[in-house]
Amino acid sequence: MTGLGFLSDGAVGRLRDAVDAPDLTGTRYRLVRRVGRGGMGSVHLAEDTALGRSVAIKVLDLDDADGSLALRLTEEARILARLEHPGIVPVHDVGRLPDGRVFYAMRYVEGEPLHRQLDRVREVPARLRLFMRVCEAVAFAHDRGVIHRDLKPENVMVAPFGEVLVVDWGVARVLGEGPSRREVVGTPGFMSPEQAAGDAEAGVASDVYSLGKMLRVLIPEWPSRALAAIGDKATDPDPGRRYASALELAADVARHLDGLRVEAHIEGWGDRTVRLYRRHRVAFWLVATYLAVRGTMLALLGR
Amino acid sequence: MGDGPGAGGVFPPTRWSAVVAARSGEAVERRLGLSRIAEAYWRPVYKLLRLRWHKSHEDARELTQEFFARVIEDDLLAAYDPAKGRLRTFLRTCLDALVLNDERDRTRLKRGGDRELLSLDCELTEGELASASSTRPEDADALFEAEWVRSVFALAVARLRADCAERGRAHVFDVFARYDLDDRDPRPTYAEIAQGLGIKVTDVTNHLALARREMRRITLETLRDMTVSEEEFRREARTLLGIDPAGR
Repeated sequence: MTGLGFLSDGAVGRLRDAVDAPDLTGTRYRLVRRVGRGGMGSVHLAEDTALGRSVAIKVLDLDDADGSLALRLTEEARILARLEHPGIVPVHDVGRLPDGRVFYAMRYVEGEPLHRQLDRVREVPARLRLFMRVCEAVAFAHDRGVIHRDLKPENVMVAPFGEVLVVDWGVARVLGEGPSRREVVGTPGFMSPEQAAGDAEAGVASDVYSLGKMLRVLIPEWPSRALAAIGDKATDPDPGRRYASALELAADVARHLDGLRVEAHIEGWGDRTVRLYRRHRVAFWLVATYLAVRGTMLALLGR
Repeated sequence: MGDGPGAGGVFPPTRWSAVVAARSGEAVERRLGLSRIAEAYWRPVYKLLRLRWHKSHEDARELTQEFFARVIEDDLLAAYDPAKGRLRTFLRTCLDALVLNDERDRTRLKRGGDRELLSLDCELTEGELASASSTRPEDADALFEAEWVRSVFALAVARLRADCAERGRAHVFDVFARYDLDDRDPRPTYAEIAQGLGIKVTDVTNHLALARREMRRITLETLRDMTVSEEEFRREARTLLGIDPAGR
């Protein structure tokens, strides 16, 4: 600014940042940088000066006239607070900043979203193990009566030491709480048919559907009919025909990994033979080798 | 200027916006509303005429006056329907129509040009034109939007300065101007500003935080004045703050 009233492009950019950045004056947090932007707010990396650790601060872009967004963000923090699980980001603090905006502070996850991990995690079993951990975190939330409603690979973070965390509970709802009104929340391509139709009562089965869609992203080409059947069962258009819980889905995936028969698939003798062969491959070859050696010896001795 | 928590951020929904006032049936209120709109929009209008329509300094000045004369005298805003679009888009469409008519009819009566309804600091705006090169003139929408953003911030900065002066806090504005408005390269540090003003570094931190908080409040208030509905306000605020609608 070379004189009052004259704003350069650079000054406009700095003013945008200054007006947008959360005002952390008088709090225990020191702003570092913005790390993400969502539908109604942004997430910033900050330093918790009291404890000397990094935290992520989620703050609304704008307050609304009737305060419903502020209420929504506070509710999100409360939902997170009731979900103490290694696979769910813990919330540390909630409040209102000096600039009037509602915020909450949570653990800062220094990792990458699941879909960006796919180049690094190429083996199907490794991807399935990641998926099972997502299912376990979601199942825990379901057990506490919380439905995520926006499960997708972008909302799963994988931390440097392999921790898997389900994030962004911004549209989650607590079963049996609050007014049930028709609303379409979630992400096209991942939300269940009943959720896309605005069914306010969409619950556990709806999250199971989203998990099934996520499984399809992790495993773009089914390596077996059994795994395809698991995916199909999780994403059945009829909620009543899906897995009854995320844990049941995870258990069927675990059975597949262990070479056991999965619940979603009625196997024929061919599938069964292949599965048993894969599961007992070493024993099969030991026996086969033994029989071959023995057969050869008998043939030689019998001459 | 409120210091305490909650001083900014939420605005009284009862305040009538300039757009509502400009569409009022009461003449004085209507004129006041229109003058507030003109205050925010004359620079984008002038710059669009200069860059997009390649008008000379004099022609652009004259057409800007004429445009707002028509907005006021022909009651153009009566045709504006907030449900159908943004005020910004409506005004730009009206401006395009005015320029096209002007080019068809060179013998027009220069209504606004003769009467100088607005006090336009075109010299200053010419200086801005020379320095702001980030927008391509051929992209009229982007140009108008960028200049509207600049205009809203310029108004807010002027109001912040007046507010600080009125409350005996000119030093707070001074810190803000040195850190956020000054284009020096490399950027000044807090320590340099503290040394320059003879204050402590912690004072710089505190003054800057206070000024930015107030800047946010005033900017959003200014924007609220230029919008009719909560939805339009939120949409325009995201544009003003440079927030990608896709959430990136």
